[in-house]
Amino acid sequence: MKPKPYMNPYLAGILLGLVLLATIYITGRGLGASGGFKSMVMTGVKETTPTHWSAGEYYKSFEATSEGESPLRSWLFFEIIGVFVGAVISGIISNRMGWKLEKGPRITNRTRILFAILGGALFGFGSQLGRGCTSGSALSGMAVMSLGGLITMMAIFGGAYALAFFFRKLWLK
Amino acid sequence: MGPLVPDIISSEFNFIIAFIIGIFFGLALEQAGFSSTKKLVGLFYGYDFTVLKVFFTAGVTAMVGVLLLSHFGMLDMRLVYINPTFLNSAIIGGLIMGGGFIMGGFCPGTSITAAAVGKLDAWAFIGGSLIGVFAFTESYPLIKDFYMANNLGEITITSFLGITKETFAVILTLVAIAAFYFTGKIEDNINGIKMYYQKDIMTRYALIAFIPFLLVSFVSITPDRTTYLHNKVEKKLGTATYNIFDIDHLADELAHKSHKINLIDVRSPMQFEKFKIPTAVNIPLDSLLRKEYKYLFNQPFKINVFYAEDAETAKKAYLLANEIGNADNYVVTTPASVFQKLYFEPKIPGNDASKAEKDQFKFRMKIGSELKDIEKRLENLQAPVKKEIKKVKGGCA
Repeated sequence: MKPKPYMNPYLAGILLGLVLLATIYITGRGLGASGGFKSMVMTGVKETTPTHWSAGEYYKSFEATSEGESPLRSWLFFEIIGVFVGAVISGIISNRMGWKLEKGPRITNRTRILFAILGGALFGFGSQLGRGCTSGSALSGMAVMSLGGLITMMAIFGGAYALAFFFRKLWLK
Repeated sequence: MGPLVPDIISSEFNFIIAFIIGIFFGLALEQAGFSSTKKLVGLFYGYDFTVLKVFFTAGVTAMVGVLLLSHFGMLDMRLVYINPTFLNSAIIGGLIMGGGFIMGGFCPGTSITAAAVGKLDAWAFIGGSLIGVFAFTESYPLIKDFYMANNLGEITITSFLGITKETFAVILTLVAIAAFYFTGKIEDNINGIKMYYQKDIMTRYALIAFIPFLLVSFVSITPDRTTYLHNKVEKKLGTATYNIFDIDHLADELAHKSHKINLIDVRSPMQFEKFKIPTAVNIPLDSLLRKEYKYLFNQPFKINVFYAEDAETAKKAYLLANEIGNADNYVVTTPASVFQKLYFEPKIPGNDASKAEKDQFKFRMKIGSELKDIEKRLENLQAPVKKEIKKVKGGCA
């Protein structure tokens, strides 16, 4: 069966906006994603190297604010599990499930994976430095008119545009 | 009144809410096409602006929605998380994320979506993200100063620029529409096709684009809920009927049944500080409609008694309470200062005073000292209205 076409982008945008609005109304906070990654990293550190956990400056202050609870008891961790499930549902409905690697035609699979890891690492680092990623800072920030959120949004897209030329080999013919 | 967490929905249940919201978030992202890295980076090479369309539409929708909800008094903006602004890290962090976007082809949310439908590169991106987060937490002592520099606090762009929220909403919507129009043209040029700009489609889009402007102008023309209720009460002031407590009755009730009464002082905190009728709590008229006091006006257990220095203010508070809740409300129209004089500095009646006057004096002396005792006892308990309202932590770092 052929995959169904994607939703009209404006309709998808309105739906996404309503999800964000409902989130703000119900919980008083916006959506996010990178924070869920942080929960996983925190758990990893706490479980594997307890001595390092109690010594590192960042971990110490994290432990102090979480009052000894597991780092996985975080709103965003539960949310990104939901995102995964929601995407699976959507993928099944629209026949888009299946192992696949998307890349530009001029690079090998290996290069694509390496750059995905590298890009992920940069995004992961940047999201912590910038206190939120495209969802938590840029999109949710826009909804509540946060100055920092809008600045981060412009920096993300501005940065990507500025570098797009140098990485065109990764994506274009 | 929103937010519903943590008062109406408990913090534990909030995790389930997070999961459910996540499902809808994931559905929307996947349906929009964000599980495909080619679609995502199309934005930066001009062949597919889906990301911009979805992102901006979502931002405008949520922003206008937030404006409307807070206008109708359904969302208390004091309790909504506003991402704090740390100038240096917001810019540099954003630029680094931009680099990550163009190299990796995803952002964190979209990588989860893509991984869910089986994109292997998305799994690699997630792995990389975990490494990146770990690199940050490990190097934190080195970059801490930079991370904390230039903290502007929870500032909004509207207060930064000194414009109203409605103005900014209009500006952002205009920018979004202009962006949709011109990126559509670029898209068509690069792909060599004519997808948009058929007349009927354009008309439909134009009509939809009109909606946010309509809503924003509605918000800026009509009074918000607080103003609306205050105006309504103002109009009713002369013709309304009041449940009036005279002060001797109040004093008697307070001395013997103070646990049955919420005595609410609606004067300014300064006046309240100087003198209050014992057992009273202070809720200035202006803050009466706030979320944290709502429970007072919707309970069947105690009566609410309002007083002020002038009868009008007390009556307004009484009428407001009747508007927003179903509790039993009463109003004291005698000024607080009169109560103070009569009960705490009573004038000793002269020899020619009647028996009734002397009895009244004795009654007031007795009640006055009883009230002082009650007040002392209450001081050891917590003030009944000091209800803490919690602000949830948001953001995504």
